[in-house]
Amino acid sequence: MAGIVALRRQLDEARRAPASAGDTGAGPVGRTTTLIRDAGLSGLVRPASAHAGEVAGTGGDRVLPVLPELRYLLPAGGLRRGSTVAVTPGHTSVLLALLVAASAAGSWCAVVGMPALGAMAAAELGIALDRLALVPHPGPEWPAVVGALLDGLDLVVAAPPGPVSAALSGRLAARARQRGSVLVPYARWTGADVVLDSPGGGWEGLDSGHGRLRRRFLTITAHGRGAAARSREVTVWLPGNLGRLTPAVPTEPLRPAQPPVLVAV
Amino acid sequence: MLVWCPDWPVIAAGIVDGVPVHGPVAVLAANRVIACSEAARREGVRRGLRKREAQGRCPRLTVVEHDPARDARAFEPVVAAVEELAPGVEVVRPGACALAARGPSRYFGSEERAAERIVEHVAQACVVEAQVGVADGVFAAGLAARAGRLIPPGGTAGFLADLSISTVDRPPLVDLLRRLGIGTLGRFAALPPADVLARFGLDAALAQRMAAGLDERPLAARQPPPDLDVSQTFDEPLERVDAAAFAARQLAQRLHDRLAGHGLACTRLGIVAVTEHGEELHRTWRHDGLLDAAAIAERLRWQLDGWLSGTGRLAKPTAGILRLRLVPDGLLAHAGFQLGLWGDAGQERERAHRALTRVQGMLGPEAVLTAVPGGGRNPVDQVRLVPWGDERLPARPGAAPASDGPDPTGAAPSGVGPTGAAPPWPGRLPAPSPATVPPEPLPATVFDPYGAPVRVNGRLAMSGAPSSLALDRGQPVEITGWAGPWPVEERWWAPDEADRRVRFQVCLADGRAMLLSLSSGCWWVIGVYD
Repeated sequence: MAGIVALRRQLDEARRAPASAGDTGAGPVGRTTTLIRDAGLSGLVRPASAHAGEVAGTGGDRVLPVLPELRYLLPAGGLRRGSTVAVTPGHTSVLLALLVAASAAGSWCAVVGMPALGAMAAAELGIALDRLALVPHPGPEWPAVVGALLDGLDLVVAAPPGPVSAALSGRLAARARQRGSVLVPYARWTGADVVLDSPGGGWEGLDSGHGRLRRRFLTITAHGRGAAARSREVTVWLPGNLGRLTPAVPTEPLRPAQPPVLVAV
Repeated sequence: MLVWCPDWPVIAAGIVDGVPVHGPVAVLAANRVIACSEAARREGVRRGLRKREAQGRCPRLTVVEHDPARDARAFEPVVAAVEELAPGVEVVRPGACALAARGPSRYFGSEERAAERIVEHVAQACVVEAQVGVADGVFAAGLAARAGRLIPPGGTAGFLADLSISTVDRPPLVDLLRRLGIGTLGRFAALPPADVLARFGLDAALAQRMAAGLDERPLAARQPPPDLDVSQTFDEPLERVDAAAFAARQLAQRLHDRLAGHGLACTRLGIVAVTEHGEELHRTWRHDGLLDAAAIAERLRWQLDGWLSGTGRLAKPTAGILRLRLVPDGLLAHAGFQLGLWGDAGQERERAHRALTRVQGMLGPEAVLTAVPGGGRNPVDQVRLVPWGDERLPARPGAAPASDGPDPTGAAPSGVGPTGAAPPWPGRLPAPSPATVPPEPLPATVFDPYGAPVRVNGRLAMSGAPSSLALDRGQPVEITGWAGPWPVEERWWAPDEADRRVRFQVCLADGRAMLLSLSSGCWWVIGVYD
């Protein structure tokens, strides 16, 4: 206990006298790091953002769960309420896979503006269809529809009919933030917290004249802003053998077993 | 007083089904004639004949199956017409209704005049011939109506005395009495009542009271259905949504009170708003639970919100709202609170439901859908989209969950699930299902290595191996893998719905995979595995 009090005092001093310590070349942050290392606390002190993942792991209320294979892509380890997670159009399965765990955990989802969504595929992945509302043709008033849905549902997928202005996307993101819902635009979206992209993959099981589509390995990348600024990448089977998402076995090395160690700053 | 329409089952068939009632018509129940038209009676058709016998006597006979619901439905306007002249009508059976004679006869001056007016009004209002009989008691009045007589008070016993015993519609009792030598109602009535009760039982004792003209059961008068609509007309047309919503709240409270007063609850609610220029907005709301006052007010508010603010598909009204009306529908006895049909009643569900109903208010009830998985062989058939809030019933009985085992390769693909009530739907494709199912199939062309379109003949022989795919006149893309043809032939017995096609799965060089279908020489993309 006394050690912690002493350390606190040292940290305060380091913070209070940044100008006088300019000679060492290290700022207050560098000195804090040195202090923590000297006190032998490197493994114990972590930045606040690292705790978000733990909260997600324990089913915290502020983060909606995602499938374990996708957890690494999202900085909070899940869909943080109030955030905007965009999916670049091209692979509907990625969009569906993002909803699966939250839907299975009891969240209500809505998909706006996707008349061609394959509901059977959604059900096979594990989405509860009785908690999935579809608004296939929202018409020109789609922002109002998405806004109304953000008021009441946890996850709202929006596929706008055309390009979206930055002002409008900001307004919808603010609505989601205010209501604690997650907005999942299925479009190119400015200002998203995380953008999921799937550059490519390949199907397995089909030969020339025989076989059937069985599974596909798919690389999913994530980049964004803030904690998600560093781009991350996983390769998964999507859909897997039974239509469910399974982590890719042959290309496993792409996905580190542990998130990289974060150093206190 | 009893109003009787002769041969009612025949007339009802004429009204509802358009059977030509002036020709020979017979209505049959369980292969026996129970009613026939006048023309058929002239030809010798009688009640109780078998169908074959009746047709033997009258070869031109039109035979109609008996439908009590049809009779009752067709009789409803007649009852309404009688009710317009005299209150307190009891429907004895479809085709006959009884009412107390004293009121109308005093009002119109005499029983004859009252009977005339009723017959005339029924003829004018419903184009139905009716006869009226007056006597003490419903039973005697019925017989008087058949005879077309108005029996003065006290004369009923005398009128009944000479009638045949068979008018007491109880065949075993009639048979027994005939064998005892009792042929008329008068002689039956003359037997000592105590002995009749001891020997023949309670039912016969009641029949004897009827035969004596002592049928004094009071009429069980029909209650006209209560008018449950509530409406309000505003002196100043409402221009603003909040003013309308305030009015809606009061109106909803009134409707709720009225329904509660009748011990009823409604499952559907029609909301009608009429503007000053006569534009009318009617929308029916469904609710999986029961609507309470707050829910009604909320729905009315959303609907008006969508209409007055001009969003949604309806044109904005040109004037303020003059009248609001709430029409409850789907009434049922209020038996306490019903738990949610969706299983998980809770705060989350409540919030979600409110948001979705709000979107329904903006775009219309059909705009918010929920998918119900069902049975079928093609991706588009396996899902039925039902409006949010409606009952989630699949279009066809669903299949068992897809299993990994069966493989559709070969001539007879199968997706047989585990044994159970679920039909197997042989020929459906196993998981994974395409994640994109275009509502309308996209046209495509598949070429063989020589650039000719691939065809499949009736024996499932292909004209060449698929080599490239062109989507709707686009550039051909190389096919790296394919499987098929998997044939499916559905509903071949119904020419209009028959569907014969073969399906292929293809993998393209750019990594996409698609489900193709070929029918009558045309290729279509019916699913994209993306």
